[in-house]
Amino acid sequence: MIFASYNNIISGLGFSTDENYKAILNSELAVKKTILPFSTESFCVAKINEADLKTHFSSFENTERYTKLEQLSILSIQDVMKQSGINPADEKTLLIYSTTKGNIDLLEKNNASHVDKNRMYLWSFANVLKQHFNFKHTPIVLSNACISGLLAIIIAKRYIDSGAFNNVIVCGGDILSEFTLSGFKSFNALSNEPSKPFDANRVGINLGEAVSTILITNNKALAKPYETQIISGFSANDANHISGPSRTGDGLFQCLNQLGITNKNKIGFISAHGTATPFNDEMESIAIERANLSSVPVNSLKGYYGHTLGAAGVLETILSLESLKNQTLIKSEGFESLGVSGKISVIDSFEKKSFDSFIKTASGFGGCNAAALFSKL
Amino acid sequence: MNNIISYAHIKNNSVSVNGTQVFCSEKNTTLPEFLSEAYKSLGISYPKFHKMDLQCKLGFLCTEFAIKNTNFISENELDKTAIVICNSASSLQTDKLHQHSIDDKTNYFPSPAVFVYTLPNIIIGELAIKHKITGENAFFVSEKFDVNLIVNYTELILNDYATSAICGWVEVDEDAYEAFIFLVETKNNTNKNTIFKPLNELVVTQIYNQS
Repeated sequence: MIFASYNNIISGLGFSTDENYKAILNSELAVKKTILPFSTESFCVAKINEADLKTHFSSFENTERYTKLEQLSILSIQDVMKQSGINPADEKTLLIYSTTKGNIDLLEKNNASHVDKNRMYLWSFANVLKQHFNFKHTPIVLSNACISGLLAIIIAKRYIDSGAFNNVIVCGGDILSEFTLSGFKSFNALSNEPSKPFDANRVGINLGEAVSTILITNNKALAKPYETQIISGFSANDANHISGPSRTGDGLFQCLNQLGITNKNKIGFISAHGTATPFNDEMESIAIERANLSSVPVNSLKGYYGHTLGAAGVLETILSLESLKNQTLIKSEGFESLGVSGKISVIDSFEKKSFDSFIKTASGFGGCNAAALFSKL
Repeated sequence: MNNIISYAHIKNNSVSVNGTQVFCSEKNTTLPEFLSEAYKSLGISYPKFHKMDLQCKLGFLCTEFAIKNTNFISENELDKTAIVICNSASSLQTDKLHQHSIDDKTNYFPSPAVFVYTLPNIIIGELAIKHKITGENAFFVSEKFDVNLIVNYTELILNDYATSAICGWVEVDEDAYEAFIFLVETKNNTNKNTIFKPLNELVVTQIYNQS
């Protein structure tokens, strides 16, 4: 058995999972209209408070030796190490890092950072974490667009299943940058208001930054936080278009179909990708209906956090684990009236419910999709 | 039993398939010219090729050369075909192009056609689209061609639903480039054009070094 266990979320809503879960129960949003240093126009984005980061990182010497993403990742991984007592130097412990762009800010012309520019290479970035924590093994770096975080958890399960490792720390992170904002803007994919996943009036995504970490383990003694297993997980490709999802939800349908669901009445909810772009949400609704899961309630957490790219799959899995533990369905923020053609039921308020399991999905550029099934012991 | 049935290696303006050179350009040919010549030598017409960034063109060609003359596409269940690609620089070459387009506020021209290639896994999407392959995806970033990573992970997915895989290394970084693609199947392929080597670290190291 493989368990999803100790974890941490650092986002605009706080520096721990507890702070984040409490904030969303209060319907606080990390996404806000913000004037960013590189532009005079305002963007609706989720930013981590720089002053808070400085305070949290102040116990470390020579903070200027680390980039922003490195600082956030160190704080997040350290929290999970502390909670779990895992020894990074252990032969059977691995770090998998999920990111789309890593230290992309080092590429900026006016970047004043003194760190070695070589750290824009994702493996070099991961080596900083290896050295900081003294991991025995070189970290595995996964960069698979917006499914990276969830796929990293699925890959962690596979490595543990094979007997190669007992504990895998999965950390996902991406920062808010002019690089990604300008790119998504050129696609006309950004919303200037907090995004509205699955809603009839959704117009696009908000970008957000976050770093999230979770321990995946086969050690039952470490399963305490949730006593929840990863039952199955797969990825699949639409084989349709590099920047648009399949109109018929082919890849996501394939993933959902492979999960081996035996009793869908026990599934409390589907934590969807739900970016709030017209095409993505439409595709997901169709895939969910095709997989015969229309009766399972659906939410998206992008209304709170925006799209946190490499962190999203990890962050949303962690909050779904909290939802399962607390037997509380999380409201899909920003949703008012259904605006997709596939038959789905979107969770429009916080509600108590008795349930055993949930499904997490993700989809991304390059036609990639992933889904995983989590279930209580 | 997991077998490698074909492989292709592109470096130094030369393409080899299963260890034998099948195409080369003159030494001082630039990468875009070389890729264009190699594409012509394949004798296929695929308009999407011309929209790809250099790294995707390189990976696409290397895969086409590895597949050519095999029955890999016709004989495998493509929903169970995985694609696992690695490199060292992610999409850094195209990242620089996109960054350049936003560096100067008075000359600001970010383009979605460039931006989409700032994700390294787009090559996986391109290969999937070309052959209607819908199985597992993974793009890993490691300092060097990491035989352990690619062989171990391929074995893991072949134990978990997948029955065949396209695997390898595809990288363009400044003036350096290299692609190495190998095709793996779990069944016994009797096609006469296929080689037949067991998937393990030693064999992959050998065919990588000797081609």
